Amino acid sequence: MNFPILSFITFLPFLAAVVMLLIPANRKTEVRGVALAAATIDLLLSGWMYLTYLLNHLTGYQFIETYDWLPALGISLKFGVDGMSAPLVLLTGIVMFTGVLISWGDYDEKIHLSAGIQDRPREFFAFLFLLAGGVFGVFVSLDLFMLFFFYEIAVFPMYLLIAIWGWVKTREYAAMKLTLYLFVGSVVALVGALAMYWTQYQNTGVLSFDMLLMENAGFSPVFQYIWFLPVFLGFAVLGGIWPFHNWSPDGHVAAPTAVSMFHAGVLMKLGAFAALRVGVMLLPEGAKQWSWLIMTFAAVAVVYGAYIAFVQPDLKYMIGFSSVSHMGLVMLGISTLNYNGLLGAGIQMFSHGVMTALFFAITGMIYDRSHTRQIPELGGMVKVMPFAAIGFIVGGLVSMGMPGFSGFVAEFPIFMGVWGSQWLVAVIASVSIIITAAYIMRNIRQVFFMPMPEALKEHHITDVTALDKVAIVTLCLFMIGIGLFPAVMVPMIETGVQNILRLLGGA
Amino acid sequence: MDYLNTHLLSLILFLPTVAALIMLFLPSGETKLLRWFAFSASLIPFVLTLVLWAGFDPNAAGFQFEEVYPWYEALHSSLHLGVDGISLSMVLLTTLLTPLAILASFSVTDRVKPYMMLFLFLETGMLGVFMALDLLIFFVFWEIGLVPMYFLINQWGSANRNYASLKFMIYTMGGSLGLLLAVQMLGVLFGTYDLLELYQRWNALDSGTLLGMSVSTVKAIAFWAFAIAFAVKVPVWPFHTWLPDAHTEAPTAGSMILAGVLLKLGAYGFIRLVLPFYPNEAKYFAGALAFLAAAAIVFGAFGSFGQTDFKRLVAYSSVNHMGFVVLGIAAAGLAAGTADAHIAMNGAVLQMFNHGLSAAGMFFLVGVIYERAHTRNLDDFGGLFPLVPVYGGILIFMSMASLGLPGLNGFVSEFMIVRGAYPVLTVYTAISMLGLLFTGAYILKGIMKVLHGPMNEHWAHGEHKLTEINAREILVALPLMALILVIGVWPAWILEVINKAVVALF
Amino acid sequence: MFTPLIFASILPEILILVLALILFVVEPFWKEDQRRNAGWLTAGGLFIAMIISLLFGQPGEPTAVFGGMIRFDWLGFFFKMLFMFAAAVTALLLMDHEKAGRRGEAYVMLLASVLGMNLMAVAADLVMLYLAIETASIPLYILAGFILAEDRSTEAGFKYLLFGALASTVMLYGFSLVFGFTGTTDLYKLAETLAAGNLSLPISFAVTALVLVGLGFKVSLVPFHFWAPDVYEGSPTPVAGFLSTASKAAGFAVLVRLFFVAFPGFAPSWTLILAALSAITMTVGNLLAISQTNVKRLLAYSSIAHAGYAMIGLVAFTQLGAASVVFYLAAYILTNLLAFGVVMAFSRVTGLETLQDYAGMSRRNPWLALMMLTAFLSLAGMPPFGGFVAKVFVFAAGVQANYIWLVVVGILNSIVGVYYYLNAMKYVYLYRMPQEDEEARPVPLTRPYAIALAALTLGVILVGTVFAPWFGWSDAAALNLF
Repeated sequence: MNFPILSFITFLPFLAAVVMLLIPANRKTEVRGVALAAATIDLLLSGWMYLTYLLNHLTGYQFIETYDWLPALGISLKFGVDGMSAPLVLLTGIVMFTGVLISWGDYDEKIHLSAGIQDRPREFFAFLFLLAGGVFGVFVSLDLFMLFFFYEIAVFPMYLLIAIWGWVKTREYAAMKLTLYLFVGSVVALVGALAMYWTQYQNTGVLSFDMLLMENAGFSPVFQYIWFLPVFLGFAVLGGIWPFHNWSPDGHVAAPTAVSMFHAGVLMKLGAFAALRVGVMLLPEGAKQWSWLIMTFAAVAVVYGAYIAFVQPDLKYMIGFSSVSHMGLVMLGISTLNYNGLLGAGIQMFSHGVMTALFFAITGMIYDRSHTRQIPELGGMVKVMPFAAIGFIVGGLVSMGMPGFSGFVAEFPIFMGVWGSQWLVAVIASVSIIITAAYIMRNIRQVFFMPMPEALKEHHITDVTALDKVAIVTLCLFMIGIGLFPAVMVPMIETGVQNILRLLGGA
Repeated sequence: MDYLNTHLLSLILFLPTVAALIMLFLPSGETKLLRWFAFSASLIPFVLTLVLWAGFDPNAAGFQFEEVYPWYEALHSSLHLGVDGISLSMVLLTTLLTPLAILASFSVTDRVKPYMMLFLFLETGMLGVFMALDLLIFFVFWEIGLVPMYFLINQWGSANRNYASLKFMIYTMGGSLGLLLAVQMLGVLFGTYDLLELYQRWNALDSGTLLGMSVSTVKAIAFWAFAIAFAVKVPVWPFHTWLPDAHTEAPTAGSMILAGVLLKLGAYGFIRLVLPFYPNEAKYFAGALAFLAAAAIVFGAFGSFGQTDFKRLVAYSSVNHMGFVVLGIAAAGLAAGTADAHIAMNGAVLQMFNHGLSAAGMFFLVGVIYERAHTRNLDDFGGLFPLVPVYGGILIFMSMASLGLPGLNGFVSEFMIVRGAYPVLTVYTAISMLGLLFTGAYILKGIMKVLHGPMNEHWAHGEHKLTEINAREILVALPLMALILVIGVWPAWILEVINKAVVALF
Repeated sequence: MFTPLIFASILPEILILVLALILFVVEPFWKEDQRRNAGWLTAGGLFIAMIISLLFGQPGEPTAVFGGMIRFDWLGFFFKMLFMFAAAVTALLLMDHEKAGRRGEAYVMLLASVLGMNLMAVAADLVMLYLAIETASIPLYILAGFILAEDRSTEAGFKYLLFGALASTVMLYGFSLVFGFTGTTDLYKLAETLAAGNLSLPISFAVTALVLVGLGFKVSLVPFHFWAPDVYEGSPTPVAGFLSTASKAAGFAVLVRLFFVAFPGFAPSWTLILAALSAITMTVGNLLAISQTNVKRLLAYSSIAHAGYAMIGLVAFTQLGAASVVFYLAAYILTNLLAFGVVMAFSRVTGLETLQDYAGMSRRNPWLALMMLTAFLSLAGMPPFGGFVAKVFVFAAGVQANYIWLVVVGILNSIVGVYYYLNAMKYVYLYRMPQEDEEARPVPLTRPYAIALAALTLGVILVGTVFAPWFGWSDAAALNLF
């Protein structure tokens, strides 16, 4: 285990971004090739890391690498993954790989199809990879300073990616709104982190951002009570927690497809994960005090998000709000602070990431061909793109929490966790299952199975490309695999949950 | 052979799925190959079920052929399979009806591959419910079966299929919501989903408080959460409104399975989960349940009588017939432990089996004529018997089974239910008997409108000339008719299997 | 009298002087079109001077030399290196300036100013300090108004001169009061005298205020910031860049030494004043920056705001605080020079400098756009650029000193900052030129620009990622204050 796999995974995207920028702008194919190669290597590496962790039944933090960065202030580049973060690293690898595939965007002369990214792919992939590198960094960082460092790196390319390559009508507004929301959240959390840093110094005389040390910093209950909310909510903004979810659907809609995939698939997990790792794990007493509030927010998000998704006529808005709803489930699981809830939250993060990436990928494919996302204007897609239809249906079933798919494996323990904590919330939140089923089934029917409107027939809609199919199959495999065989992920997340429970005092 | 014996249930359960996955790689254009592949693939589980039946020891109590595989260890849920007499008969029904339904679907020409695959998936889903001895696994298969059915209705159904399929989906999922929550509560309380263990521990819990309420209140709420989920599926009045729509719009084979097996899932849920989990509540609420059952019987019959659409008529008849099953269950719940309960419960399970046969047959026959005439309006038919005598004969035979003619299977089971329920639920049983009267009325009305009366000349000549039922279709009907007759004359062979389980449970 | 130590303490200044003399001698021999080589000479000379100073002029233990006029320590040395680096870059940027680049005087003025700044960083006596400030300022007045043919430039120079002179006067008055009350001009002795409690609070307050006016002008604190936008806009862009970076940092160098060394006894009273000034400066600078349409004015207001952020470290009044100020200034100098360099490079080709004119810039020169992105994101405080780490350190110091409200103000301000910096990047990356023919209208970079901007970009990223050595030096500098 001497090979520094985590730093390799994290820094490869940065390296690839630099390499891409050095390629002349008109060599688009080479740029895409570098992107795909880097994404593939990262996927393989993260998969290898994941399997190593899983098959060896490892527990706790593994693959730890430590490099002193600024010893004077106790900042070090400390990487390591546990059962909670390892699946998310894999998720990032998956989304990165599929994101590159569906953004390939070679102009097809024969069918006049302009899908993917045509305009300045070099900059697009470079920014996308910066984003990916930042995301990897957050998931593997065990140093609070580095976590923030990578967190911010993951936020700002979003602005450019959305503003430059996004949907013309709303991109400027959405990109700015998104960036400001996330930035506000992260700096609020940063203040909390700094307060933790100094309080640790006062309490123990240790000057360090190392989160493993901070677990034992002996923060007083009052301190935790005060700082938990800023820290947790600051990160949770990126997790799309109600009532700070406002940026998210707008951002999803405006973003280009691969960015939507990243955004909903990975970035929102980033928020939830950081909120869990910094908020709950370092301030457990605060978490216990405030869990009722988080649970309330989350329950509202679950039902409200589902309802708003139900009434959306725009396919992307529909998925955007469904993400709010599903991320609400993650938050709900976290807020239970018990075994089942946290377990479910961990799985749901992965499951939702893959699912929503798939949704956005297919929505992008449809939009590229039909130039509309208005659900009533769509129809009959199953005839021209059966592959996409199957993918969308699988995603829909995951979204509904249908057994046999990863969504069920995730949502069921979450609800169990809520039962163990506050049963009424479980009853209320379960309403969302029905609403979700209703809008998913209705939209699948309308988009894929209703007769194609006359206006659409003029667009010469064609089937998805071979690369798209690879992406769809990859994503579907993970959702079905986990749904049928929870053992490929659950034991790992269990070890992560055990660690959190230990910090919570065996609650 | 040893492997076969120890893995018989999982083989039966998963072979259809494996076959469906193999089909994925068969060429879509070769419809003939696809049809025969699906048909022969669905015959294997049937043959294995016969092996199962042969190896089943009707005198041993408890579950047999148990298999346990780890599944979701973190939640202490495992793939625990096993059958007793009740589930065995249901498994037989499923594996028998699936090949027949596939055979009946040979007339489908549109996208044969996904159609056949969905059927095979559906079979796995249904079998899983009947075999599951783990609450979570039960729920998994319970829900998963919805998906193929939804798409079968939605894709291959008739005009109003979109509305009907969505209604089917939402009703059933909405109904299972309470079930889902109650299952979660049980899981949290006991940390296990194993049915056998839950039976013990849940019933041992009879005092104290739970979730801030007294245990009896919680149990009462949970009882209804379970009951409603299954009541929707059965369906019991007033939750039945999805059924006529779904049946009417579904393709023929879909209706066969829907009426033949899917409705039994609900009743099976009552027997496998509600009664063992909530004996006290079942006793307490038996009156309410019987009221709903009687309402289903009467309103189902009335509803059926009022239809002009042949398929809707048959659909409402399912509400009517399944009402008897629920009546039997209610009686068994009320009189648990007595001979009355055993008779009623035996009758209910047999009725499930019988209705599976006759309803599947009826829907199939409706489908046969619909494929030829492209109408199901009763007023458009009339006097067809001379045109299609063989078809007419089979239709009359099926109708008589449905009506409960002594000598055919329906009579046996309905008689047993009434016999068991009468001493304990006299009023509701009496009302149900009135409903039975109307059963005769609507079935005779159906036969009359289609086969008798003045002949509608439209069908006699020219391009609309009605053709006789063909050999393949007869092949579908024959096994059903044979079983109907056998059970009607000699029900002991199946009751023997059912009875032991019933006595053990209640 | 001249020991090696004394020689080492002013080694950079001697080298700068030699360089200026060489320039004086060589420049007249060059032909008109060769004179831009003065830029190469200045930049190269300063670079060599830095290397020599680093090799032979490193300070050891802090010592007073020249009779206590100069303090030879790491604080001063680090700032000197920063100023010389900034001047070298400015010289490179000046080379291709159409009107000023071929005039040797400009480079000589630049060197003179750096000389003054270097002395500001080390001055340990009020008299020396005043002289140094004037030495640094007067050449800058001239440089700001260097292009006589342009009204804007003349106006800038004149305005700068008037405000500067007024501020210096007020400050000088403050110095004289200090001398009057304490009888010494030596900063280190001053501290002892003041610590003895010879000065009543109101008087010390007044003295502090008067001194602050002068230095506040230098670092453009609100309310002494009026001159900055006009002067930046009017003066040649490289000079504006120099003004907003080196000159400002020099002001901070003095502020740090003065307040940490001379006035520590009054810490509670002046930290509160400084905190208020810091908050006001950040807020006003950022809010006014939002509505700017001219890039140079935008940068002017943003540089006002950055003075406010840097002040947080000063307010914290701890070693980390001082270190964070120094670090902040280092990162800021690199970043802002890069920003002005990009603006300069762009307007040299196009002659334009409003935000609208930047539309489509990323297609006209992707590299320049990336550099601008680097600069602006660093200013906004985003990793992996220097601005992020600098801000975190400053905020960390603030939180440590329990100035959480100030940190919150800082945070709110950085959010405003993010808004307008990204807004500017929107023009560069998102919008297009009216004819959408960007590829046909490239913005080429000359070699000096390419070198300067590439070095700065690399520097900004290095400071933002491998920040340990930079922080080590800043910390060593801060250590000298205690």
